[in-house]
Amino acid sequence: MEKDYSKLWTLFKSMFVLSACTFGGGFVIVSLMKKKYVEELKWLEEDEMLDVTAITQSAPGPLPVNASVIIGYRIAGVAGSLTAILGTILPPMIIISIISLFYEEFRTNPYVATALQVMRAGVAAVIFDVVINLAGNVVKTGRFLYMTMMIVAFVSTYFLDVSAMVIIFVCLGIGLADLYLVLKKNKTALTESETIPKPSKKNKRGRV
Amino acid sequence: MLLIKLFFSFIWVGLFSVGGGYAAIPLIQDQIVHMHKLMTMEEFSDLVTVAEMTPGPISINSATFVGMRTAGIYGVLLCTIGCIIPSFCICLTLAYFYYKYRTVSGVQVVLGSLRPAVVALIASAGASILMLGLFQAELHEIVLGNIRIVELGIFIGALVILRKYKANAITIILGSGVVGTLVYGLMGAI
Repeated sequence: MEKDYSKLWTLFKSMFVLSACTFGGGFVIVSLMKKKYVEELKWLEEDEMLDVTAITQSAPGPLPVNASVIIGYRIAGVAGSLTAILGTILPPMIIISIISLFYEEFRTNPYVATALQVMRAGVAAVIFDVVINLAGNVVKTGRFLYMTMMIVAFVSTYFLDVSAMVIIFVCLGIGLADLYLVLKKNKTALTESETIPKPSKKNKRGRV
Repeated sequence: MLLIKLFFSFIWVGLFSVGGGYAAIPLIQDQIVHMHKLMTMEEFSDLVTVAEMTPGPISINSATFVGMRTAGIYGVLLCTIGCIIPSFCICLTLAYFYYKYRTVSGVQVVLGSLRPAVVALIASAGASILMLGLFQAELHEIVLGNIRIVELGIFIGALVILRKYKANAITIILGSGVVGTLVYGLMGAI
């Protein structure tokens, strides 16, 4: 894997800003990372970002930290991971260290409470913007299976409170079954990349 | 020794909080309030409130808060480092294997089926935050008449700006905070 140490400073800076401005849970920062690293900097492909999200969700620990470890590794190996982690944990460390000294005032301040409440609307808009693009791409694959999975997964997690871990593992099971069927149909599938949905991936990036 | 106790407590928390920040809270409570008696239950509920109100992952926020309250700046460093060590080791290993094997076609087929699930999970997180923003309530306790007009306006405005002008996400989030607070301030509702 190619490593690009010249990107370390940008990596640190962007992780720092994202972490400092992320209110809400782990999937908020994933949406922001997608906008930053896929759309803006074009360091990652969209599929890659979704894979990284699935991996971070199934590993223990805070989701934003997990995601920064993997994205950092992708950009500049272990040094990139360490840089990205540092960028992610510094803002909360600084902010909380200061706030913990006078949290009573902070917690009861009406302006803080209002700003946090209205910011949810902005955060929701950012997530929806990302989701519209992502869902559009799932539809573009033209696979009925994927569209159904997406809708069923949404209904189960949002309306039925099924945990994200369960969703990931069930879909992993479906993926394995899918692989089994593909292999059965085409016994040479594993040796050549012909059955990949996007076969150009390997050539386009010039690396394995 | 206090610092070593904190360090290992948070390694434990980092290792077993599978599935997002909220999974970490009962683990931290167990370690800090019940086992080591470093904080009272009251202080701990303050911690949860503050951790939710500030940016950043909840477990990092909690680690910093616990560290600062019990052992000052060294506490902050050890708790936070403890909390991320398991993440770092496990995710680095996963990243190594992912980038080694992601181009194998079989792996592509399996990963392909995870992607719709991830989109759904992100959408679900977005829907929850939207409901909290518009109704200040969870899904099952929503009353349609209680919709908050200011937040609805900000959500629609922000989404239009994002779709049309590809605006920067951070600007949108901070901007909606500023605009909303101003509007509520002018309405005399703060």
